[in-house]
Amino acid sequence: MFKTLTSPIRNTSGMARWILLAGLIITAAFVIMAIFAPWIAPYGFAQNSSDGMRFPKMGPPSAAHPLGTNDQFFDILSRVIWGARTEVTVVVLSVLFAVSVGMPLGLLSGFLGGWADRLMVFVMDVLYSFPSLLLAIVFAFLLRGPLGGGTFAAALALTAIYIPQYFRVVRSTTASAREATYVEAARAIGARNGTIMGRYLFGNVIQSVPVIGTLNAADAISTLAALGFIGLGIQPTDAAEWGYDLSRALDDAQSGIWWTTLFPGLAIVLLVTGLTLVGEGLNETVNPTLRKRRFRKVRMPANEPTSALVEGEV
Amino acid sequence: MSADRGSLPRYIVQRILLVIPMIWLALTIVFLLLRVAPGDPVSAAVGGKLDAAALASRRHSLGLDRPLIVQYWDYIKDVATFNFGQTISDNRPIIDVIRDNGGATLTLTLGAFLFALVFGIPLGLLAGRYRDTAADAVIRVFGVVSYAAPIFWTGLLAVILIAPTGWPTYDIASPVTKFEVHPVTHILLVDAALSGNADAFWDVLQHHVLPCLTLGLLLSGVFIRLVRVNLLHSLQGDYVEAARARGIAERHVIRRHAFRNALVPVITIIGLQVALTMSGAVLTERTFNWPGLGNQLVKYLVARDYSAVQGLVTFFAIVVVIVSVFIDILNAVIDPRVRY
Repeated sequence: MFKTLTSPIRNTSGMARWILLAGLIITAAFVIMAIFAPWIAPYGFAQNSSDGMRFPKMGPPSAAHPLGTNDQFFDILSRVIWGARTEVTVVVLSVLFAVSVGMPLGLLSGFLGGWADRLMVFVMDVLYSFPSLLLAIVFAFLLRGPLGGGTFAAALALTAIYIPQYFRVVRSTTASAREATYVEAARAIGARNGTIMGRYLFGNVIQSVPVIGTLNAADAISTLAALGFIGLGIQPTDAAEWGYDLSRALDDAQSGIWWTTLFPGLAIVLLVTGLTLVGEGLNETVNPTLRKRRFRKVRMPANEPTSALVEGEV
Repeated sequence: MSADRGSLPRYIVQRILLVIPMIWLALTIVFLLLRVAPGDPVSAAVGGKLDAAALASRRHSLGLDRPLIVQYWDYIKDVATFNFGQTISDNRPIIDVIRDNGGATLTLTLGAFLFALVFGIPLGLLAGRYRDTAADAVIRVFGVVSYAAPIFWTGLLAVILIAPTGWPTYDIASPVTKFEVHPVTHILLVDAALSGNADAFWDVLQHHVLPCLTLGLLLSGVFIRLVRVNLLHSLQGDYVEAARARGIAERHVIRRHAFRNALVPVITIIGLQVALTMSGAVLTERTFNWPGLGNQLVKYLVARDYSAVQGLVTFFAIVVVIVSVFIDILNAVIDPRVRY
């Protein structure tokens, strides 16, 4: 298990390996923050006083509040740490949802072919060409009524925009694998369509999912933050969310208060960068065409090859 | 492949004909999402403010009390005649909103593209040419970070840094300019130029710098990444190998053979960026309080005005479809391999 997990790292070299490692370290740091938020964060995410003492309003970074406090008297360090928990939860949920809907659809569409395939491709293409943020906005706007502005609603709104991506990749892999010899062989021994899809195609198709998964996760973080910034994200009472914090910082920026902007944004940049690096690193290992070939110089003594040749002939 | 199948006029006609089902499908999706799913749009938008009878009459005047299939047909018919409906919260025709605020979004996105092209392409080429060197590493990190950084965050940081200098960081023009310039084309930058008022034009231009730079930075990140990868691919191409084999100087191979081919997909990139630019524009406008369509959309979203959201999203969808088809055609004109 450990060997398969670390194989992408071992298979890479040079810059690709460093990219992958750096990405993994950054991502792991945020996952740890997310899991242990209650123990790491000095205060709660919506806590505005401690020991009966009210926190300062928009207080600059100090010993008690290393990253300062915001206009709601909240400690920014705590909100950044609790925010990691929100982002990781939403992203994991949305990627899982999107994979579990997009992949079966793509398998089915690619395997069946014909008019059903064409129709699905067309619908997915239209969805895909739509600006993803706008799609997420529409879904978040709609889901707010029935589901409230919670983590689950946010994850569902993001799911909608990633389904077409999994669909497309899985469909195209399936469509090309459908004609492969092993599928033909399976059909020859009498395997039913369900078996072929579930057993033979699935295993081959799933390999492309981790790369899109990590890249989507990176994108999902930005989109979630954007939703929060617009005011359609997670309700501030439900959880801490970086994008929402930045929308509160909008008014501070004009008056030169920098700490309410800098730190939540930095958290977004770091996590998105980390995930992107993992995705790119994985991409270079999975996709051999991107790998740089290393030529080993063959050393030949100046005049000897000819003489060796002549000698060989003798 | 017959000569006729690959002909350019035929491809263009095919592509344009495909616009109609694409727009129809987009409209259907928008209608299904915004009209069928939720409860009553009128009470959502102006609920607490009007009594039941007034709400019912508003519903009637907006045609919301009719069967859904009738509403759907009317919606498609209206959009075909550029009628995007009426807002509920402030009772304006949406086409007016588009006319008044579309210009600001247009100049913002064009400015951003200009910046991204001028900045992103040379950096991408540089990184690809000197692969795995320090320059490549720095440019790549810049590319990843500028893409990773939320646009509203870079925008806010820019405001924090620039605001103390007195350079405008807010809105599209000062109140004086807005008062002085009369709307002709409804594109403020053009109107200011037409008015012959140099101060007003300079003022509007100044206001454009920061938002265009912020949005352009996001786009340039994408350009850098894609141009770099394209160059890597074209450097591995057979024609580069062939050029080298013929003894053409490396400098020449890179410039004439690799760069040119690496730049062909840039048009495609621009096409792919249209959607991203729109998303980016919504956020940029919000950050700089830019009076564009994105800001209006957010305003109506907050007001829970379904009708306005539907109209604006419809407009966005149509623009995306048309621009992407336009880019496809442009691509086919430039690169014969595209038309099959």
